Amino acid sequence: MENPAIKKTELNQIHRQLGARMVDFAGWDMPVQYAGPLQEHMAVRTRAGIFDVSHMGELEIKGPNGLQTLQKLTCNDINRLAISQCQYSALTTPKGTFVDDLLIYRLASDHFLLCVNASNQDKDYQWIRENALPNTEVIFRSDDFSQLAVQGPKALEILRPLTGINLAEMKYYWFARGRFAGVDAIVSRTGYTGEDGFEIYCAPDKTEGVWTQIMESGRSFGLEPAGLAARNTLRLEAKLMLYGNDIDETTTVLEADLGWICKLQKGNFIGRDELIKQRDSGVSRLLVGFEMIDRGIARDHYPVELNGQKVGIVTSGSPAPFLKKNIGLTYLPISSKNMGTEINVLIREKTVKAKVVPTPFYRRVPSV
Amino acid sequence: MYPEDNLYSKDHEWILVQDNVGTIGITDYAQHELGDVVYVDLPEVGDTFDANEPLGSVESVKAVSEVFCPVGGEVIEVNSKLEESPELINESPHQKAWMVKIRLMNPEELKELLSAEEYEEYIQEQSSS
Repeated sequence: MENPAIKKTELNQIHRQLGARMVDFAGWDMPVQYAGPLQEHMAVRTRAGIFDVSHMGELEIKGPNGLQTLQKLTCNDINRLAISQCQYSALTTPKGTFVDDLLIYRLASDHFLLCVNASNQDKDYQWIRENALPNTEVIFRSDDFSQLAVQGPKALEILRPLTGINLAEMKYYWFARGRFAGVDAIVSRTGYTGEDGFEIYCAPDKTEGVWTQIMESGRSFGLEPAGLAARNTLRLEAKLMLYGNDIDETTTVLEADLGWICKLQKGNFIGRDELIKQRDSGVSRLLVGFEMIDRGIARDHYPVELNGQKVGIVTSGSPAPFLKKNIGLTYLPISSKNMGTEINVLIREKTVKAKVVPTPFYRRVPSV
Repeated sequence: MYPEDNLYSKDHEWILVQDNVGTIGITDYAQHELGDVVYVDLPEVGDTFDANEPLGSVESVKAVSEVFCPVGGEVIEVNSKLEESPELINESPHQKAWMVKIRLMNPEELKELLSAEEYEEYIQEQSSS
């Protein structure tokens, strides 16, 4: 039964024509797969894939106190963010846990665009408004942007002919505003796959044209449309966080092993006191990666045991199509975080052996 | 598409019975719904199952699907090739990718299953609902 309240991106018909299987994801009717997640995953690792990620939320922050508001609300340091640069960060609760994780684009000295999780966008908007300093404008912009992600070693060659923006010179986690495929766009060298690639924001009514031009340019490079299933396995191989699974309002930034986005010395921000305490006393648990030793696939939420005691759950677990292993993430007591520690995953009442391994599971070899 | 000698369950298993031995696998419809199969969990020879009890599972990148024993029996052979080559389930669900052979405990239970024609009608209803 079709849910009448479900939201559709501008590309809904195109996905259906391409034979995508559609699912309800955070209230959006989204393509979970086209040719199949294995093929799509390998296309991104070896050539390129294109994802419709228009469900992602966008919030705009501006005004004289815009920067200070973000300094107060997020744990990374906005003063280290140049104009035209992107920063991965988190909106933190007073406990140092996650309201959300997000990408911050600095458009001008006191003007920012935030890309947030679809499932959290309303909560984030409320949270930011409630906690913003005076003289800060917070604008809900999700309805004004579509977003496409083109990811993979061929992404640059595919997109370069479509824009005057110098994509080749663009560094990882930087962006530019300009014309792309004949429309106004923001193009950033970012992504959620562990691969080189770009994300393109444009007006929703321009999305179809942009998608079509990218698909045409990508044809000779083996570009393939890719769905949420491949997006999930790609991001897990690269150990990128999924809100609601790996991080949420019960896990702190330090427990999630994201100390690198946690700039405790930058000055006060929401959650800083708790995070300093946790840093000083040491976290009691840590998000670690594991791979299965025995046959079996660890799935999200399966119980995890250490020496016969239940210690947590698999926060994300899946086959890793490129690595050809079965991998996952789980929070382990800090005393057990060391590489090689053996754990058991409970798979349909069977205990199946796994071991802690270094992360990210997959790291691309830079081409330059 | 659906071999007429087989019987089918509403859980999308097929069974071919010869001399009180049933060969069991999942149907083409089931493999298509599941997508690329990456893992197969099989029982061991000697395990016994009642009708509709899970005997193993088939997993795609995205999902786990339990395989139910369409009728009760004792496992006498398993297709261990599937552990190395789970993709056979997608390529040849009704032939190469048989999963187990069982000795039937109660052949009367076969009456509960669908013929090829009935099964095809059943999956058409499933797809249109």
